[in-house]
Amino acid sequence: MAVTDTDATERVEPEPAVLDPSISPVHHETRHSPVPEVAYHVPAPAKIDGVERVEVRSRGVKLAKISRTGDRVFRSLATTSGLLIVLLVLFVGIFLLALALPSLQADQDNFLTSRNWTVAGNELRFGIAGLFWTTVLSSILAMVLAVPVAVGVALCLTMYLHKRVSGPVSFVVDLLAAVPSIIFGLWGLTVLGPFLAPAAEWLISKIGWIPLFGRSVDPKGSIFVASVVLAIMILPIVIAISRDVFAQTPREHIEAALALGATRWEVIRTAVLPHGRSGVISASMLGLGRALGETIAVMIILTTPAQGSPFTPSIFAGGETFASKIANNAAEFDSPSKTGAYIAAGLVLFVVTFAVNAIARIIADRGAKS
Amino acid sequence: MAKRIDVKSLDIYYGSFHAVEDVSMTVEPRTVTAFIGPSGCGKSTLLRTLNRMHEVIPGAHVKGSVQLDGTDLYGAGVDPVAVRRVVGMVFQRPNPFPSMSIFDNVASGLRLNGVKSKKILTEAVERSLISANLWNEVKDRLGRAGIGLSGGQQQRLCIARAIAVEPQVLLMDEPCSALDPISTLAIEDLIGQLKELYTVVIVTHNMQQAARVSDQTAFFNLAAQGKPGKLIEIGPTDKIFSNPDQQATEDYITGRFG
Amino acid sequence: MSATTTDTRLEFSRPSGVRTIKNSLATVFVTIATLITIIPLAWVLSTVIIKGYRLILNSTWWLQSQRGITPRREGGGAYHAIVGTVEMALICAAIAVPLGVMGAILLIEYGRGTKIARGVSFMVDILSGIPSIVAALFIYALFITIFGLGRSAVAVSLALVLLMLPVVLRSTEEMLKLVPDSLREASYALGVPKWKTIVKVVLPTAFGGIMTGVMLGLARVMGETAPLLILVSYAVGINFSPTSDTMAALPTMINAGRDQPPQLPGYERVWAAALTLIMIVMLLNLLARFIARVTTLKEK
Repeated sequence: MAVTDTDATERVEPEPAVLDPSISPVHHETRHSPVPEVAYHVPAPAKIDGVERVEVRSRGVKLAKISRTGDRVFRSLATTSGLLIVLLVLFVGIFLLALALPSLQADQDNFLTSRNWTVAGNELRFGIAGLFWTTVLSSILAMVLAVPVAVGVALCLTMYLHKRVSGPVSFVVDLLAAVPSIIFGLWGLTVLGPFLAPAAEWLISKIGWIPLFGRSVDPKGSIFVASVVLAIMILPIVIAISRDVFAQTPREHIEAALALGATRWEVIRTAVLPHGRSGVISASMLGLGRALGETIAVMIILTTPAQGSPFTPSIFAGGETFASKIANNAAEFDSPSKTGAYIAAGLVLFVVTFAVNAIARIIADRGAKS
Repeated sequence: MAKRIDVKSLDIYYGSFHAVEDVSMTVEPRTVTAFIGPSGCGKSTLLRTLNRMHEVIPGAHVKGSVQLDGTDLYGAGVDPVAVRRVVGMVFQRPNPFPSMSIFDNVASGLRLNGVKSKKILTEAVERSLISANLWNEVKDRLGRAGIGLSGGQQQRLCIARAIAVEPQVLLMDEPCSALDPISTLAIEDLIGQLKELYTVVIVTHNMQQAARVSDQTAFFNLAAQGKPGKLIEIGPTDKIFSNPDQQATEDYITGRFG
Repeated sequence: MSATTTDTRLEFSRPSGVRTIKNSLATVFVTIATLITIIPLAWVLSTVIIKGYRLILNSTWWLQSQRGITPRREGGGAYHAIVGTVEMALICAAIAVPLGVMGAILLIEYGRGTKIARGVSFMVDILSGIPSIVAALFIYALFITIFGLGRSAVAVSLALVLLMLPVVLRSTEEMLKLVPDSLREASYALGVPKWKTIVKVVLPTAFGGIMTGVMLGLARVMGETAPLLILVSYAVGINFSPTSDTMAALPTMINAGRDQPPQLPGYERVWAAALTLIMIVMLLNLLARFIARVTTLKEK
């Protein structure tokens, strides 16, 4: 647009510094390039018919050549990290399998059904039946104990407590997750075990005729105590996820229920719980996965039964889980065949926790999509 | 600085979606051009092609050319990053960097492009803040956080940040739509001053603002439902708002739609 | 309560008795559940504090090791274990933090929605589900059986990397997602290349949250015992060398002494070590949450 300047005086137009893009210091970062100088041009405006025209100089624009090595290097760093992570996980599975195979092949017992565990010497007889039973029983019992409580707490935090109170209470619950498992093991054995012994005794006397609750030799170091401790340990994770899921219940559903005159429990039953069902299931499975893999607390609490003792399907018996068996014998990995047997047990644990976690993610994803 | 922009037969695509079709226009240096039109008709999209910001979205590409004083911004081998050092942009919502002080925000463009000298930076920051009409309000607290300012001040901060690197052209994407009326007026006054040094292109939803601020106005609209956006008419602001050539333009100006 | 009349006034009656009872029962259940959750925490903490506080108030606890101390003798401290715990955690962090942050950058800045990102994300999920004993076994298989390197503290740190990596990566990922795109756009509009935008704009903005994730990860790995059992031997003296095959750590100090009868002095040391461990872990947790609180407020 022509700049109309009616009094037709000469205008000096200082053209302040152009940051000349052709000197682009970025890609010469190792040396200090000269900073572009301030260049002042004083162009003489042409006057045409007393109307001052802004002279358009078509000297074009210098566009810098940008060095993209920074981008290339950084991007490949990021991609390499991603690849490393993928490889890491794959290698865990592959290596464990590779080292377990020789021992599995040399095993003279059926790996899946045998309860023996003779791994010293030349004759390998080992099987995971006993480990499987103890692991699954303790973890499922822990889940059965923990999930209702966790759902209750999550409901309390989202639907019952005032926001200012639920923050600190949430924080306290999260602190439970921070306690290291060895401390839970220590406390479980020395404090909780003796505390629960009378209750265990009462249960045995009442319903001890059911094999699951039958009398056993070690009530203090029993699966029962271990399950209670495991339940306490998995509470925080189930609570955290359930809490998030309940908090995301659509406002409209809650208000619809309230508008119909529902009590608080009825709102929960009709709006919150149905919406949160898949989230709670997913959270429970993640808690189950955590319980399956817990090593130290279980190792400390459970009394290891003597080799060859008869099998009692009671929750008041002792036993060993996959994890605790490996941990109990960690000092004895001296021969490859022996180590291989324990690695085989670890492999089974890996596969089982993988499956449980995968199911949990699938359920969560499907719930999120609906 | 302050170059002339020539857009020649520009078609804009997002992947296979044809967003804007066949735009040709010229923007003279040291003028303000306003893009107006209803939502979704391609004004912001076109604005972003002027500094190749639309390419941040994967799959976006153009046919045609955008020339800055004869240099094609879409020429072979031209890096979008280089283009953006020469064509600056101010966004709808003020977005100062939260981890930086006021000084660091204004200096960020220079610093991130390699300028290290404290002296140069200080001069540039002062110059930019003065040009953005913010200097007097913040000169005593340059070390404070950039996000501690009010909305209007933050937007002027973003303008200062954009002009600190001395671009040839300044693009503004609805710069006042998130601000209160008083801040809006302040920014409009600022645009009047900025055009003495830069070529300015501004997208606005507010027709009165376009009438107040711009020398040239371009009206965009969708050709039909589901079709790409088009440049319907472009001309001097006075003419567009009093006696436009196209019926569609007149309908939009008088509020019959949009 | 309005009297029952036949006129057209609306009657506001309370819900039926059964519904009210159910509602009250629910409230009771929920309250009990919350108490059941808080009580064990208080119980555990008080047990550890009561049984262990006496020794940690003594400065020798923090300055001496257990060299020369038998379970029947009093004295000594946990210095060797504290240093060992911290050292192994820091070596772990030196690997896990860069890997985790770069992995998160891949997922958010370069690969949002791509197949590569989904694959990596899936693998990270699996990694976060790996029990610590399996991670330890893997490192055992890799380092000791295949490479023949023997036990060492470095091996422990590597196993800990497998456990800390998902924590750091996920929390960094969440933080990067929170950085608004408008900031990235502002940087691009200034002509700044992508990598510089990430390093100089996005990461500083997300820094507080990333720090939180790192601290929570550190707190977690400091409490892990399984890798210690499998990959390094417990030392009663001070040993700072990460490549030697013995190093002390708080969890194994606890484990080494847990079978002792309560009458021996060694028993109390076990609880004092437990208290030390809890103190360090809790401190890291509180610090992490404090940082999270402070940095989120700044962005408002």
